[in-house]
Amino acid sequence: MGEKIATRNAYGMALAALAPKYPELVVFDADLAGATMSKFFKEACPERFFDMGIAEANMTGVAAGMATCGFKPFINSFAMFSAGRAWEQVRNSIAYPRLNVKVVGSHGGLSVGEDGATHQCIEDFALMRAIPGMMVLCPCDGYEMEQAVQALIEYDGPAYMRLGRLAVETVTDTIPGYKFELGKGVTLRDGKDVTIIAVGMNVQMSLKAAELLEKEGISARVIDMHTIKPLDEALVLKAAEETGAIVTTEEANILGGLGSAVCELLSEKCPTPVVRHGVNDEFGRSGVAPKVLEAYGITAEVIAEKAKQAIALKK
Amino acid sequence: MDTATRNCLALNAAKARLLGVEMVYRAQSGHPGGSLSCMDVLTDLYFREMNVDPKNPKNPDRDRFVMSKGHCSPAVYPVLALRGFFPVEDLKMFRSIDGHMSGHVEMHYNPGVDMSTGSLGQGISTAVGMALAGKIAKKDYRVYAILGDGELAEGQVWEAMMAAAKYKLDNLCACVDVNGLQIDGPTAEVMPTEPLDKKFEAFGWHVIKIDGHDFDAIDAAYAEAKTVKGQPTMILAKTTKGKGVSFMENNVGWHGKAPNDEQFAVAKAELEARIKELEGK
Repeated sequence: MGEKIATRNAYGMALAALAPKYPELVVFDADLAGATMSKFFKEACPERFFDMGIAEANMTGVAAGMATCGFKPFINSFAMFSAGRAWEQVRNSIAYPRLNVKVVGSHGGLSVGEDGATHQCIEDFALMRAIPGMMVLCPCDGYEMEQAVQALIEYDGPAYMRLGRLAVETVTDTIPGYKFELGKGVTLRDGKDVTIIAVGMNVQMSLKAAELLEKEGISARVIDMHTIKPLDEALVLKAAEETGAIVTTEEANILGGLGSAVCELLSEKCPTPVVRHGVNDEFGRSGVAPKVLEAYGITAEVIAEKAKQAIALKK
Repeated sequence: MDTATRNCLALNAAKARLLGVEMVYRAQSGHPGGSLSCMDVLTDLYFREMNVDPKNPKNPDRDRFVMSKGHCSPAVYPVLALRGFFPVEDLKMFRSIDGHMSGHVEMHYNPGVDMSTGSLGQGISTAVGMALAGKIAKKDYRVYAILGDGELAEGQVWEAMMAAAKYKLDNLCACVDVNGLQIDGPTAEVMPTEPLDKKFEAFGWHVIKIDGHDFDAIDAAYAEAKTVKGQPTMILAKTTKGKGVSFMENNVGWHGKAPNDEQFAVAKAELEARIKELEGK
């Protein structure tokens, strides 16, 4: 625990390391290999790396065509472009024919920082989740990412995975019995008063929030929900039943992402107070990443506040 | 090409045209105009040019075809049925909730279809991907595609053109069905795309211009494409939208409309006469 690495770096290195094991693995980028970290694969296996230029729509289709021939393509760009600009190509050329292409969006969320709103994709979870049959995930740290990459290569079907720009503390490597499984959330910390369900780097913030809450005598459970779709319904229902209040937290718009997924489930199967934490349906702004996150309330302190609000909603 | 081969191709194309118009009539929806215009090129592909086996439609070494203008399913499904990929009877399920013959070309339920298409501009990219896969896997299959001339307004087409040239995909041969009409009117008015030859050449493609209803020319173009090394080939096939049905020919209204009872009777009579004429040869 404690090592800091961006999930995009862990992703690129994992892909490169797995290149010899999977001869059908092919990697595409749209002129951002140095940022998405697909460059590690490019260096390790140049004959199976394709730079498609700044043309995400075509990259998506080319990958779909390769998948029909038995290859396992991973396509890369910033989340804004792989999930945003090429959304309809992902839907019609990949998901509808259910082709085995992994769509990867790096620099997700506000933590892109200085580049500002045009590059801060807060809609990718909602966009990708809305496509039938599309798996959606966002591992929280380098250790989890390594295993997610391996699992995604083995998974036969369309999936979207978000990567983060910032170096984040590795927290999953010291969890006893931790095992990464697509579609299965992980309880990183147990608690009885409230459950914080988090995705991406909000997992680390949530662990800090739980510590803050503990000082106030509040026992918070923290779930790392690395797969938003399909949602680990059993784990969410168990948390709702046992703790009676839920906070969801994501570095994304509160509309359509993890928070929505949890609310949709609980409203139908176990009505429970839920407070959604994330970006409040507004565009981001330029600034150094920690300042931007602070300006938009994406912090451990605000998550702790939301937890208290959720507890207050209990009957 | 000998006369018997030419007649055989023309006969299959005429039969496919009748089946295509009939399925649109039965479903009372679909796209007859552009399906009829590309029917001769498509027939040549499946009955002469492409290495495909209806008994083994997923053979990894087969040639591939992508109908990038996916609304021309009334061309694709009849040709595949006549080639033996599935029974002609199945065409009755076109656009029906009781079956899986989707309005736009669909790959999982319809044997012989290599890629689901429908959203314009996307199919050609997948054809590029198949050709790139062939290069990487060191296989010698070829990849074919048909685009619409109206489709060329999609920016993704030109992204695909650049990528195919970059990777020197000489195993890729695409064809634009230049029928000059699209939903809203003549392509020259909706969004001018000429000069097509100069555009594709500038994008690094080998260009061949032909009459898209002349089987000798179609055949010669595909033969020439196989001799081109280091670059993909684009065939510009000048065609007549609605070809083979007098009242549909060059009539923009027949892009996406089904004939009524009387209209279908006329179309059927014309196409049956053509079939009879070719069978008599």
